[in-house]
Amino acid sequence: MPLIEVKELTKVYDDGVVKTPVLHGVSFSIEKGEFVAIMGPSGSGKSTLLHLLGFLDDYTDGSYNFSGQDAKSYTGDEVAHIRNKKLGFIFQSFNLLSHATVLENVRLPLLYSNIPESEWDTLALKAIDSVGLSHRTSFDSAQLSGGERQRVAIARALVCSPEVIFADEPTGNLDSKSGGAVIEILQKLNEELGHTIILITHETYTAEHAKRIIRIKDGLIESDTQVSSPHHTNGGILIK
Amino acid sequence: MTFKHSIQTAYKGLEANRSRSLLTILGIVIGVAAIILVMSLGEGAQNLILGQIQGMGSKTIIVVPGREPKGPADAAQVLSDSLKERDLDALKRKENVPTLKTIMPLVFGGDSSSHENETYRLTIFGATPLIETIFDLPVEQGSYFTEEDVRGRTSVVVIGTKVKKELFGDSEALGEKIKIKGRSFRIVGILPEKGQVSFFNFDEAAIVPYTTAQDYIFGIKYFHRIIVESEDEGTIARTVDDITATIRETHDITIADKDDFFVETQADLASRLSTITSILTAFLAAVAAISLVVGGIGIMNIMLVSVTERTKEIGLRKALGATYSDILTQFLLEAVMLTGIGGIVGILTGASLAFIISLVLTNVLALSWSFSFPVSAAILGLGVSGLIGLVFGIYPARTAAKKSPIEALRHE
Repeated sequence: MPLIEVKELTKVYDDGVVKTPVLHGVSFSIEKGEFVAIMGPSGSGKSTLLHLLGFLDDYTDGSYNFSGQDAKSYTGDEVAHIRNKKLGFIFQSFNLLSHATVLENVRLPLLYSNIPESEWDTLALKAIDSVGLSHRTSFDSAQLSGGERQRVAIARALVCSPEVIFADEPTGNLDSKSGGAVIEILQKLNEELGHTIILITHETYTAEHAKRIIRIKDGLIESDTQVSSPHHTNGGILIK
Repeated sequence: MTFKHSIQTAYKGLEANRSRSLLTILGIVIGVAAIILVMSLGEGAQNLILGQIQGMGSKTIIVVPGREPKGPADAAQVLSDSLKERDLDALKRKENVPTLKTIMPLVFGGDSSSHENETYRLTIFGATPLIETIFDLPVEQGSYFTEEDVRGRTSVVVIGTKVKKELFGDSEALGEKIKIKGRSFRIVGILPEKGQVSFFNFDEAAIVPYTTAQDYIFGIKYFHRIIVESEDEGTIARTVDDITATIRETHDITIADKDDFFVETQADLASRLSTITSILTAFLAAVAAISLVVGGIGIMNIMLVSVTERTKEIGLRKALGATYSDILTQFLLEAVMLTGIGGIVGILTGASLAFIISLVLTNVLALSWSFSFPVSAAILGLGVSGLIGLVFGIYPARTAAKKSPIEALRHE
């Protein structure tokens, strides 16, 4: 049973006046443990697809099965629980809470989980350690560099041990060195810890770090290929 | 999310905008403070009035001539000369009012008095020596006139301190004579300084035998009041009934509507006056409550601004697993904390102001005013301000909770 299975998925934005179709029917499935890059130029619908897969937005038509269950059959609270427990999100603009420390930011998802409070600090510190920011734990998030901020966001996405991590252009706002570090962490999470990772990017070189690339153009899948030997940055620089 | 963390999250949200939060609660602070102030002063006024009434003793019953005023049209007392000597005699008979302990007629009015070149306008009370116990008015110098003096229409007088001071200054007054209505009265007693008792200021009074007052000062054959003391508090109702029956009998009255007198107990008076002050207090508190509503609208306005400002934060929280009710609780708690803190500060402010005013009233105006902290009003104020947070917070909180995570994350 695939973890994620979409069939003829469509999305039409409707602001009440104008209907804007973005996805015209995409079908694919992703197994547990895959590292998939979804590529495409801006406006291709790749971000929309990620939002639909991440239960952040509702699709218009088609079907989406998550863990074998129809996505539309979940109630609002169940969806919140899935986002909390099974999905992790990394955004291009980091989306950290300002006026909060690194630890507080990483602890945030735990607040909404049913994990007992006594374990929160242990889990958060472990996640911070895994992105190499143990020395920044009590720093205010505003004091960090862009690359460090994105690593905090990764720690936050990790803290509830999700099944899938969605990364929406995680290197888009970073220089090539910080970007390289971020991609390296994602790769490690996939290869060593077995997290399923879905990465959105418009850069071919970044995408080639994944094991599989789905190319989207004008709301349709253009190609779906396995990468024979994914790049490894190994502490190197991400070439754009 | 546990309630503890909801509170922490809400608190952090407010602290991030500290000066705005403080300005927002000002409306609630003013509203609650105004209510507490009004309620506290109302209670103080009520205590003051009740204290005055109790100065006369709770077993006291007052028979008043004329028809009991039922409305503004009745305000002009009719038949005010209905209580006469024969009513007094009838009430004194044990078989008519067996539970009567003491009885005293009272006439009163203002007139001027003089001694040598000094004149002073005083209040004249015509009574019997029983006035000493009924109004708790022992003399400081000399003694009261006697029952003998009452029977003999003697021209003797007991004067208040202010009368003495105005007419005699520092010189001896006891045994001296003052002139009222051209007639000389010998001073037999002087009252101590007493202030206001039962709405009468005995410092400015002269007490003479009622017979003397009727014949030589007022020229009347009736009484302004008959004051009766019942044996004990349990027999008040029975005494009132017996008095009513006896006077109706002497006046040949068969229908209650035709009564030319009415009987008042201290309890009646107390309840009537406390009704008036309660209504007044409630009215003023209602006016003050309007400012609470205005404050509540201010809270709603700021919360809406806050929700819009923090759209991105809301989206992030939702993406990280916050449910509808998590977000609703967070913003509702922010509003309730604002109004709750406003309520507490308002209660403290209002109580402090009331305390300062009570100090002014006691020390500057020399009223026997006591500061009272209206606990019920404080609880009500806190409850109402919390409720206002809920009522005016629910709309912004729902707006926040309904935001779609992706719309919210996209918000710039």
